[in-house]
Amino acid sequence: MKKLLILGAGTAGTIMANKMRKELSGQEWSITIVEKEMNHFYQPGFLFIPFGYYTRTDILKPARKFFPKGVKVVNSEIEKIDTSQNNVILKNGTTIDYDILIIATGTRISPEDTRGLKEELWFKNIFDFYTIEGAEALAGFFKTWQGGNLVINIADNPIKCPVAPLEFAFYADDYFIRKGMRDKVKITYVTPMSGAFTKPKASKMLGSLLERKNINIVSDFFIGEVDNTNKKILDFGGREVPFDCLVSIPLHTGDPVISKSRLGDEFGFVKADKNTLQSVMNKNIFVIGDAGNFPSSKAGSVAHFQADVLEKNILDFIHNKPLTASFDGHSNCYIETGFGKGIMIDFNYTTEPLPGLYPLPVVGPFSLLKETRLNHLGKLFFKWIYWNILLKGRKLPVTSYMSMAGKKQD
Amino acid sequence: MAQKTYAGKTVDVNEEDYFTNPSQWTKEIAVEIAKEEGIVLTEQHFAIMEFLRNRFNSGEALSIRSINHSGVIDVKTFYQLFPGAPLKKATKIAGIPKPVSCI
Repeated sequence: MKKLLILGAGTAGTIMANKMRKELSGQEWSITIVEKEMNHFYQPGFLFIPFGYYTRTDILKPARKFFPKGVKVVNSEIEKIDTSQNNVILKNGTTIDYDILIIATGTRISPEDTRGLKEELWFKNIFDFYTIEGAEALAGFFKTWQGGNLVINIADNPIKCPVAPLEFAFYADDYFIRKGMRDKVKITYVTPMSGAFTKPKASKMLGSLLERKNINIVSDFFIGEVDNTNKKILDFGGREVPFDCLVSIPLHTGDPVISKSRLGDEFGFVKADKNTLQSVMNKNIFVIGDAGNFPSSKAGSVAHFQADVLEKNILDFIHNKPLTASFDGHSNCYIETGFGKGIMIDFNYTTEPLPGLYPLPVVGPFSLLKETRLNHLGKLFFKWIYWNILLKGRKLPVTSYMSMAGKKQD
Repeated sequence: MAQKTYAGKTVDVNEEDYFTNPSQWTKEIAVEIAKEEGIVLTEQHFAIMEFLRNRFNSGEALSIRSINHSGVIDVKTFYQLFPGAPLKKATKIAGIPKPVSCI
């Protein structure tokens, strides 16, 4: 019996377990998935928690609900991947052998890597919303906050869901207007990029939206430290931004096990081919989702599109064929813009987000790079799709590769 | 596709003057682009640009924090070498596309 081992049961790992169990005969292949968490969070839901639209129970389900029959689930932390022995050592010392390994260990925030960030003001005036703990602490803070400087800061790329900080800014504007205290809250968006986005058309569109909502942008700001005493953030160029509430999107790193196993770059992201998703060090190791060092978004949609490519390539690999499927960097996402509206963007490694309709020309129904109510409803409905279709590796009526159909070029 | 001429050579650039074909880049060209940005290039500039070009060529994402791991300079020095928006300026002068690590 051959062994397929999947590390991590987040979005990417769960989809792969479902897909591969369908493809591989139960007589020939065992599939094991290792995950330390018992619960699965719908991560796009973290955005809604600080504003009280969702609570923990709205975005949480037991992870076991999403594993197919015939997949062995091991609930454990991982100590190390030993590529020379083709096995993985768990925290309790037991080892699991593999013929093929899929790494789907994701990414995590690393606030301790920025000086002063995780010190006395952490979860008092400084919050993240990329963890359930941070999002809930921020919800508690907002309930009684009297206003002041609200600063949203991205430490540096890559971050998970690159549009989430923008959505947060739009939602904050919406939330404080509804509370009747928008005049007491100055919102500042502080980013290491040169605008709302790096890609020109989306940056222009989103930048003007920030302006219209009276959200200030401070660009090209790379945070060097947080001054807890004077409540300000400082960059390496000597600029300062004062805050009363700092919503930080801290630096991101891969799982510590990646660096320990010498499979990653300096941030612990697995070095892998951006098209085939195969590790550059070991041919029988593949990577999917946020765990990789691909120059694509760290987002659920990417994991979902990569899954189709990876499924094909693993089957090719098993049959000793050259890997034929190639991931094009396809990503798409809804961007909540507040007041019941949203934008959608769709792009890949080489094509920036363009206006148009998605997934179909003429009928859409979603509008690209344009604020509509339907885009917002699409985002809300997506939670159902995520739990019921996407995680289970079922087909959605969209292509894995980015399509130019429906997009408008100059 | 737009073109620009630096040091007597014609190169392909995009609408923001970033190279679309990094192989057209030379050190002489870099000196001229740097002049437009008000920067006089030193050995240190070239060392960090080499790091950025290598990283780009191997298909890896570029970010400011990766500078700390370059073994060449730290982020603070990076800001001094390319004031204001160091990664944006450094990639332009190094003849590689503007980093798109965001989306």
